[in-house]
Amino acid sequence: MTEFFQYVVVGLANGGVYATLALALVLIHRATGIVNFAQGEMGMFCTFIAWTLITHHGVPYWGAFFLTLLIAFFGGAATYKVVIQPLSRTGELTVVMATIALLIILNGLAGWIWAPDVKFLRSPSPFPPGDHFDVGGVIVNKQDLTVIVISLICVALVFLFFRFTRLGLQMRASAVGPATSRLLGIRVAMMLGIGWGMAAMLSAVSGMLAASQLELDPNFMLIVLTYAFAAAVLGGIDSPVGSVVGAFIIGIGISLLSGYASSFLGTELQLPLSLAVLMLVLVVRPAGLFGQVVVRRV
Amino acid sequence: MALLELEKVEARYGPIRALHGVSLSVEEGQAVSLLGANGAGKTTTLRSISGTVRSTGDIAFASKRIAGRAPESIARLGIAHVPEGRGVYAELTVWENVLLGGSVRRERRAIKRDAEAALAHFPRIDSRRKQQAGTLSGGEQQMLALARALVARPRLLMLDEPSLGLAPTAVQEFYRVVRHLNQEQGLTVLVVEQNARIALASTQHAYVLEVGRVAMSGPSDELSRDEGVRASYLGY
Amino acid sequence: MKPFAANRVVWRVLALAAVPLLVVFLPRAFDDYFNFKLAFVGIYFIAIIGLNILTGYNGQISLGHGAFLAFGAYTTAILNVNYGVGLYWTIPVAGIVTGLFGFAFGFPALRLSGVYLALATFGLAVSIPLVAKRFEGFTGGGQGLRIDPLPSSPIGALSDNQWFSYLTWSVAAVMFGLAWLLLRGGLGRAFRAVRDAPIASVSSGISLSRYKTLAFGIAAAYAGVAGALQAIAVAFVNPDTFPVSLSILLLTGAVVGGLGSLEGMLFGAVFIQFAPDWGSHLSKQIHYNQATVQSTVFYGLILLAVLFLMPGGAATLLHQLGHALKRLRGWLYSRADSRATA
Repeated sequence: MTEFFQYVVVGLANGGVYATLALALVLIHRATGIVNFAQGEMGMFCTFIAWTLITHHGVPYWGAFFLTLLIAFFGGAATYKVVIQPLSRTGELTVVMATIALLIILNGLAGWIWAPDVKFLRSPSPFPPGDHFDVGGVIVNKQDLTVIVISLICVALVFLFFRFTRLGLQMRASAVGPATSRLLGIRVAMMLGIGWGMAAMLSAVSGMLAASQLELDPNFMLIVLTYAFAAAVLGGIDSPVGSVVGAFIIGIGISLLSGYASSFLGTELQLPLSLAVLMLVLVVRPAGLFGQVVVRRV
Repeated sequence: MALLELEKVEARYGPIRALHGVSLSVEEGQAVSLLGANGAGKTTTLRSISGTVRSTGDIAFASKRIAGRAPESIARLGIAHVPEGRGVYAELTVWENVLLGGSVRRERRAIKRDAEAALAHFPRIDSRRKQQAGTLSGGEQQMLALARALVARPRLLMLDEPSLGLAPTAVQEFYRVVRHLNQEQGLTVLVVEQNARIALASTQHAYVLEVGRVAMSGPSDELSRDEGVRASYLGY
Repeated sequence: MKPFAANRVVWRVLALAAVPLLVVFLPRAFDDYFNFKLAFVGIYFIAIIGLNILTGYNGQISLGHGAFLAFGAYTTAILNVNYGVGLYWTIPVAGIVTGLFGFAFGFPALRLSGVYLALATFGLAVSIPLVAKRFEGFTGGGQGLRIDPLPSSPIGALSDNQWFSYLTWSVAAVMFGLAWLLLRGGLGRAFRAVRDAPIASVSSGISLSRYKTLAFGIAAAYAGVAGALQAIAVAFVNPDTFPVSLSILLLTGAVVGGLGSLEGMLFGAVFIQFAPDWGSHLSKQIHYNQATVQSTVFYGLILLAVLFLMPGGAATLLHQLGHALKRLRGWLYSRADSRATA
């Protein structure tokens, strides 16, 4: 039984990493109707920036953390303004292809600027790596706990922002009814830009949290993106709550799978199996767990 | 100088020309109706004014030329356009919808007060604040859209076919409020309607559009009494 | 201006005829390595014709086309290595088997669309190499399978690569013709109807499920053939040959060529094969920090440029070129007329 909880805790930590990125994906999808395939790479790039700030400029961890978030915000907003907005006119597929192009570019740029040798980003946790709590035999790593706490804080802040602030309300309105919003005087384009900026910030958080657990190299966010994408779809691509819940489900699920069935599955089948299960869920609930099936009146 | 002046406005949807030169004016404090059959160009005229559709010709609001500006900036000048179909945010609550009307303004507390005051006009939806707007009936949504528009404290209120899809009692109630706003509070109103009778009863002046041009104009009571006009243009 | 309609057909025929002529003469003019690349252009051409049918004509977005290539390649390898089947025979078999697999995949895919389908196909692309790695006995696992080298050319005086280039392009021509015939008639219309107006299609009696699964099957069959040819070209198959990036590459090629245009796929295939090369070339020119700029950066920038400048892909460019020529001809005619009457 302690084993079970062990896996759950680890799974929750991974889930936190996926949740922040999944939330970013949902944000963008609600605002602009597309999946931003470059979301993971944007996070990766920002994580490298954080690493540079800490390693080459001696900025203390939390200073670098928040500075990176700021940079991420403007980077995301700029990406919207320069790449996405002009292409929106030509169609959805073009915009999606553009995000794929950005994925390729960011990946290549990162490999070029920060040579491919492996780097490490320390964990946000103030505790040393081995430090843990012993809860009735279950070892709860303090680092994992920090990851969980930080991701939950970020998610909560995002929710509070959209629910209770005026800007958040205007952004929600812009996403669901852009034409009407313009008639009310809302600068919809600016709202979307801010949305992209916020999504970039979330990706940066995801990247920095993930880097504390994995190694830092240009490709490290690709697998995170895959799971985050799966989480967003599982929860319902337009449901923020759903994507976060989905992320934790996937995190825990994978952890349990790899823990209990490792000999049978091997590491290779983890991803295919999770995706297969996801597909099964979608067959039963095509709009995801929390998604709403759009009923179209003909 | 009239609050709103249109001079030879033309507009097209792709290759199709919808307005062939519309000229009209609305004085401050006036209630004007824009009538005509389906496809006459009434909605397009409103859209040209609010900037949703690109047009050529002169459109002046409070002595400023607004033709060609983005809808957001035109809204900020004080024009509130309640579009056809009401444009209510179905997923948001009644209260959130009304609050959003204040997007053109900054003073949060004043906006909240105005939101309360606007809802006070419509007790039926006031009691449903936390409900999702999509669950309201057509008539209630129309009132919500109007309440939302009022929070912006507009100088010009434009209503596009508010009676569409509404039960007759709801229409009467709605226009009662419109008349009150115009006559008691001096709000300038421009209404597009197919229901000519109630529109004429609630406004002082009327224009009749036909195939993208102004075919007739005159004081509302005169138009409503003229049998010939009623038969040819207004259908009753 | 009357002879115009006839002119357009003539123009098209000429353009299409130029391709086989080029294909016949190019291999002889250039070196062996170029022929190898030319053959790959042919392989990609076949593959993205299939993708075009699925995504362009039928509107189902697929991020997993590479998985079908892998399927075809492994079919060839397994047949050849484990059962000693002759290489040429494996090509149609790979096509059919992969087609059936794609058709089967089309059924669960019926419930999904847009984002959800993208994820499902993405999942397929990610999973197939991993599954291949896992089931070693069958597929040779991570080591892969070594296939017989291509038998030398039955036509003397041709090098192996030249022969392979001709082989690939002959197959490509056949498959292009097949696609053209298929899409001309009711099938093409049905596909497009499903893409543009699914609800109206159903009420017109067009079975969505039949056409959507059929589209998957056809696309997979094309990819299977392409994959078989690829396996033969490299004489080797292993899971790393078909990463997710291949699927992305194929999709970008289809978009660059112009979804909905068969001829455009030729440009798309050229793009897939040569754009990364251009990228590498550019990257060698520029240095920073003593490291060369990753070629992928340039590939991405080129792709972005294409999206901004030619959103409809090469097909729109051709279209616009056609229009421009039309106008030029019209202008010339009117000049001639006015001179005659003056």
